[in-house]
Amino acid sequence: MAQTGRPLSPHLQVYKWQVQMVTSILHRATGIINAVGSLIIVWGLASVAAGPEAFATFTGVAGSPFGTVVLVGWTLNFFYHLCNGIRHLVQDTGAGYAVPSFVRSSWLGIVAAFVLTALVWAYILTGAHA
Amino acid sequence: MSKDLRNPLARARGLGSAKEGVSHWMLQRVTALGLVFLTLWFIGTVLSILHADYATARATLAKPWNAVMLIALILTMFRHLTLGLQVVIEDYVHTRWLEVASLVIIKFIAVLAALTGVLAVLRVALGS
Repeated sequence: MAQTGRPLSPHLQVYKWQVQMVTSILHRATGIINAVGSLIIVWGLASVAAGPEAFATFTGVAGSPFGTVVLVGWTLNFFYHLCNGIRHLVQDTGAGYAVPSFVRSSWLGIVAAFVLTALVWAYILTGAHA
Repeated sequence: MSKDLRNPLARARGLGSAKEGVSHWMLQRVTALGLVFLTLWFIGTVLSILHADYATARATLAKPWNAVMLIALILTMFRHLTLGLQVVIEDYVHTRWLEVASLVIIKFIAVLAALTGVLAVLRVALGS
């Protein structure tokens, strides 16, 4: 494209911050992070195929303090992208575009992501599975 | 009601400036819907074998239904993420050569990663 020196979208510097734009920006940011996360899934699957030693390395990293922090962050990241993504699919049908409804569903997605993350990690950390 | 000055056939053949109509948009949504189910299944499966030893993990992965779901997850996930990253790059990378290079590199990495994942599942499922 032509290098005109004109300001380019997104014009973050001139907009007042509001939840509608935050959910949109977060959807892209969390999508990029999930893309990196997909490589962790492949690593895990490949480690099972490679044998017990590779699997032990994988679970060792995943279960370490650093790995746990990454997994918790990834869980929240994933659930946000999931909830907001479902919201987008609903909006693709033309529903929910009135401003109050748009704001409400934006917040709903954010809150749901935190709740789902808390549920999953409560299950893992309390040992409810044992 | 706006009036389109192009004739309908030219419009249909051209499929807009992207030359592929709405297929990118639609595929992004269809893969998204698929991933809603596949990722929730995946999380449930992982949680069900939490802290499992190697033999359990391998046996779980080897079950035919699990192997099918995992391969579906891998293919859908990498298709969805290449479409998504493509849009982000096209929107924000304004230097043409860098834009094209990023788009190609992302696709190369996605194909290699997806094939690695599929091969891993097949090796375990087919028991080699």
